[in-house]
Amino acid sequence: MKKSDSTKLKATMDGVLRQCLVSVSAVIVAILLGMLLILLMGKNPIVAFSALLQGAFGSMNSFAETLVKVTPLLFTGISYALANRCGLTNLGMEGQMYMGALAAAAVGIFVEVPAALHIPLCILAGFIGGGLWGLLAGWLKVKFGASEIITTVMLNTIAIYFIEFMVTDPARMMEPGGVSGQSSPLTDSAKLSILLPNTRAHWGIMIGLLCIVLFWLFLWRSKKGYEVRVSGFNMQAAAYSGINTSRNILLVMLLAGGVAGLAGASEVMGVQGRLYAGFSPGYGFDGIAVALIGMNSPIGIIFGALLFGAFRAGGNRMQMKAYVPFSIVNVIQAIVIFAVVASQMLLEIWSERQLKKQPKQQDA
Amino acid sequence: MAFFDSLGGYINTDISLATPILLAGLGLLIINRAGLLNIGAEGTMLIATIMAVYGSYISGSVWVGLIFAMVSGAAVGALFALLTVTLRANQTVVGAAINVLGSGLSATLFRIMFGVSSEVPAIDVFRVWKIPGLSAIPVIGEGLFSHMPMVYIAFLLVPVMSYFLFKTQAGLNLRSVGENPKVADTLGINVYRTQYIAAIVGSMIIALGGAFMSTGLTKFFSEEMVSGRGYIALAAVVFGRYKPSGIMGAAMVFMAGIVIANILMAQGAGIPYQFLNMIPYVLTVIALAAFAHSAVAPAALGKPYKRG
Repeated sequence: MKKSDSTKLKATMDGVLRQCLVSVSAVIVAILLGMLLILLMGKNPIVAFSALLQGAFGSMNSFAETLVKVTPLLFTGISYALANRCGLTNLGMEGQMYMGALAAAAVGIFVEVPAALHIPLCILAGFIGGGLWGLLAGWLKVKFGASEIITTVMLNTIAIYFIEFMVTDPARMMEPGGVSGQSSPLTDSAKLSILLPNTRAHWGIMIGLLCIVLFWLFLWRSKKGYEVRVSGFNMQAAAYSGINTSRNILLVMLLAGGVAGLAGASEVMGVQGRLYAGFSPGYGFDGIAVALIGMNSPIGIIFGALLFGAFRAGGNRMQMKAYVPFSIVNVIQAIVIFAVVASQMLLEIWSERQLKKQPKQQDA
Repeated sequence: MAFFDSLGGYINTDISLATPILLAGLGLLIINRAGLLNIGAEGTMLIATIMAVYGSYISGSVWVGLIFAMVSGAAVGALFALLTVTLRANQTVVGAAINVLGSGLSATLFRIMFGVSSEVPAIDVFRVWKIPGLSAIPVIGEGLFSHMPMVYIAFLLVPVMSYFLFKTQAGLNLRSVGENPKVADTLGINVYRTQYIAAIVGSMIIALGGAFMSTGLTKFFSEEMVSGRGYIALAAVVFGRYKPSGIMGAAMVFMAGIVIANILMAQGAGIPYQFLNMIPYVLTVIALAAFAHSAVAPAALGKPYKRG
């Protein structure tokens, strides 16, 4: 009993170590390729990357900015990972985030309750707003067989236009007498307080970390979560073994959308203080890379969010100091994904070859 | 009748707007028929938009821009094939990464090529080629025969592609790889090579769609200018039941949404423009929901093939 436990532990540790190795080497490869690209532009890659690091970790203020960027990435990373664990590809974090922001802002602006209730109510609204938008894609898949890959992307655009519609008329959420494209401010009782004094870092990151714990509890410590993971391995086999895969798809898309919605809620409640049209610089799409580099695991997502949060926070400084366009961050992000999948597959092909060799050795 | 007078114009707009989606859809069709699921059309198109502009800018000819775009498409297709065919990586993930790459690379290349100046350089773009005689026919002449050359090329590709896929040996081989690679392999078809060629040629056609957006529909590059059309093309393939003529119909139906929006806006209907802008995306979702069940995808679509 003890022996099998220890071998099992060793196998898990090997797996974890292997995954870490894959992720870390992928990041290194991607950064080196990114530096090469900067060199090809005729810029100094060392200057560029030191500016990036300065901008991300150089001072208390820049570290706080990194935390500000990490927060939404935690949520969108969890969202992608959760759906992916069920074998789904949720590309709709951006739209779910906007719908979450809309719902949270509506409760934050128009509902008057004591502060102790207001924040939880806004967060719940954000979860429901994003969750329903995710559920819609899940329903379209279960009911009509429409691929969630396409519908979630279409729903992104629809959500972004809808939020623009909501904040461009004082009859709706636009601030009366204010600028078109932004809502009235949230009441103070709905705003998340600042975590690090004199910076913009807010309590949203704690909600994000709490979600990481809940993500782990759900997938690895609950029966439903086990079903979801089984479906992710093989949807058809799961269905044959009596798992109601349709219901699980609906549940997972509701939860994944909800978590992405929290990204919007925390942006509105912690950073912006109002709902702006087009407020997201693409946090939703970043979630894909965050989850991939984190291998859809709780700890991995934290590191993935930290990496890309630092890139986002430092990218501005890099653009200002080293004249390297911010968009290179997206290029590096794509290379990270390519490098992760490539090294994963190379390892797999390599271990297959090792397995093939083994019986021959025994014969001899 | 005011409507009848402008009908030719409406048809013209619909066909022009449908062209990038048709091209991307046809490119995706080749890739899908070879059993590869590529959701990276958006990124492939985005890279092509800037490459087409650059090629046209440095050479003074939009056709050179087109070649630049196709070369970039071939490179993206080769990268996709390397990762998904040789390394058997998850095709959806690679496609999603191509979209991230396209968004970042197009913006970065733009900054490198044109700097930060807000001045838009004049580049050579596609001009309308009226077909002599035919373009004089009322309504139809304006609707069908007064277009930019890329539009004719795209629509001529439809019968060409149908013929290739369903009437030639190479097309049959391609389709059998997408249906059952194992059987195709035993019949002596080189599955990997077929998939590589499909990914590269398909991505080149997708790139044509991107090129037409920045040198035909508009006259320059702007960030994220493809705005979801790569994904709409994915839906067009499903809605068009994996057939070239079906994709043509789907592209025209989706973009009719924009034409209807324009008509409504011109008539001063009280619908907010944000809702009008949503129409093609909403139409895509509805069409996908209505027809996803009846579309028969290639049997081996998205499944990596392992020899031996």
